[in-house]
Amino acid sequence: MTQPITSLETGKTAVIVRLDGGHLFRKKMGEMGIREDKTIRVVAIHPFHGPVVVEIDGREITLGRHMAEHIIVGDTA
Amino acid sequence: MKKIVLMGNPNVGKSVFFSRLTGANVIASNYPGTTVDFSKGRICLGNEGHEIIDAPGTYSLEPSNKAEEVALDMFNRADLVINVVDATNLERNLYLTLQILEKKKPVILALNMWDEAGHTGILIDIKKLERVLGIPVVPTVALSGEGISALVHRIDEARPAESIGPMGEDDRWIKIGEVIRDVQQVTHRHHTLRDWLSEASIRPLTGFPIALAVLFAALWLVSFIGESLITHIFDPLFDLYTPFAMDLSAWLGPGFLQALLIGNLIDGQIDYVQSMGLLTTGIYVPFAMVLPYIVAFYLVLAVFEDSGYLPRLATLTDTLFHRFGMHGFGIIPVFLGLGCNVPGVLATRSLETKKQRFIAATLIAISVPCMAKNAMVFGILGPYGIGYIVLVFATLIIVFITSGLILNRLIKGDSPEICLEIPPYRQPDTKTVVKKTWMRIRWFLEEAIPFLFLGVLLINILYTAGVVDWLGTIFAPVIQGLFGLPKEATSALLIGFLRKDLAVGMLLPLGMSPMQLVIATTLLTVYFPCVGTFAVMFKELGIRDMIKATAFMGGTALVVGTVMRIVLLGI
Repeated sequence: MTQPITSLETGKTAVIVRLDGGHLFRKKMGEMGIREDKTIRVVAIHPFHGPVVVEIDGREITLGRHMAEHIIVGDTA
Repeated sequence: MKKIVLMGNPNVGKSVFFSRLTGANVIASNYPGTTVDFSKGRICLGNEGHEIIDAPGTYSLEPSNKAEEVALDMFNRADLVINVVDATNLERNLYLTLQILEKKKPVILALNMWDEAGHTGILIDIKKLERVLGIPVVPTVALSGEGISALVHRIDEARPAESIGPMGEDDRWIKIGEVIRDVQQVTHRHHTLRDWLSEASIRPLTGFPIALAVLFAALWLVSFIGESLITHIFDPLFDLYTPFAMDLSAWLGPGFLQALLIGNLIDGQIDYVQSMGLLTTGIYVPFAMVLPYIVAFYLVLAVFEDSGYLPRLATLTDTLFHRFGMHGFGIIPVFLGLGCNVPGVLATRSLETKKQRFIAATLIAISVPCMAKNAMVFGILGPYGIGYIVLVFATLIIVFITSGLILNRLIKGDSPEICLEIPPYRQPDTKTVVKKTWMRIRWFLEEAIPFLFLGVLLINILYTAGVVDWLGTIFAPVIQGLFGLPKEATSALLIGFLRKDLAVGMLLPLGMSPMQLVIATTLLTVYFPCVGTFAVMFKELGIRDMIKATAFMGGTALVVGTVMRIVLLGI
């Protein structure tokens, strides 16, 4: 089952299967180390459609909600 | 002479590196986007002098904000590149490295934060990395200076990578995957107290209480350090100086020189705030009223910057700042603007779009009071009670929020979302903090003193020439009629363009009520930025946007002044 990381619970880990977006979005995510097949962890999801904090390669990154919704992951580990 | 450029991702330590290589001092902090412009320095290699440039950080050679544009521009002019790479995050950093290597410039790679990589269980085979990339690789720890001389020794080995040609994005990531598998080994790492603290301060439920506590502690610390410096150091010093100044005053006798150097004696005594002489108010305001708070603020700011807390604060404020047409990173220029608006406006370069930059710069100019002005507000309103000071800041916060909401609707353009790397917490190094604070204090003194003297001089001339009365009469309908202030306050607003701190001081002899002082000091922030901020806004925004911003400031000042009169004075 695939789902956007925003539907994961805080603290859960999953593998990225797809980045739903155009070239620019994929490039921007790539620059931050967010790519397919990488393991990603949800550190925090802020309320009121706020940002999402993820951890990848031991580094935390804050992403806008809209961007985070386009990061599609598989089942949680 | 060669141009050597330091290139790398944001927050990998390029500026610390630069300071180490050149001995020149540049501001370095623990958050991405500290450097928004380039710094030049000189370095001697063998017998030859070379120019060395510290460029802003960038994730790729396709810029996504103004600071990254500067980085690309510097790269294009480089004869040799020192690629500074974060060893704790090699995979991601290699993307820029490959892009640089594809351009066939001579490159040497500095594997920085080598010590931290070791601590976090990351092992990198340097010899192998040299072989696969085809360039020299030197492990370094810029903060302690380790490996810097080794790098300098090997700079002439820098060469273009032969085996790496232009490739597409996907191929680049495939190549990076191969390199990482080849050279890097990661052992599993246990969660530490630092990780726990990091997560607690960025999650909403725990993050907001922590933020409130941290900001409150910072505020308390600034006022405690500031007040202590005044009571225990600066005021006693001026007590020693007073007899000398009085002697000088008596020796000069009444006349133009006494008026200029000592100013008006009040009840036969020097009043350091009100006398308005070059050797009284001209030195008391900067040294005994403003400097103590500048020292306090920049000390606390340096600890904030170097700990890595600011990006976490940016995450927490993101939702709110979106309502103002920015994203959470906007809090960083605002924070810097609380020290001095000039670096605040410059820091808006790290925001991606014109709309975001315009809103951030305008909000800083109209509603973020600088420390020099705050210090005077504390000094002048403090005796009447803390309530009046709170009133000034509460009004400014309301102005910030309201203007932000309005500008977000008024200004066309995109407001992209936040995409911000959170650096690990680091313990601020005492020496670095002291050095950075000292740099900023020196900068303040060099900027402030000439303008303060100019301001004091101008006040004397304008009063003598009767210009103050004349302007007061012209602006009376606004100042008196709308704002409920004495018409002489006009001159303070005029001088405010030169120095806001001095302008606050000028309000004192006008015999205003505390509420009138609240209105006047608030308006001194809102109506217009000081000359330094004006110049940097003009440069950053361009003439058309500057006119727009100015019109907005004028409108805001009229509304805020009038509303404050009605609410606070009840007339």
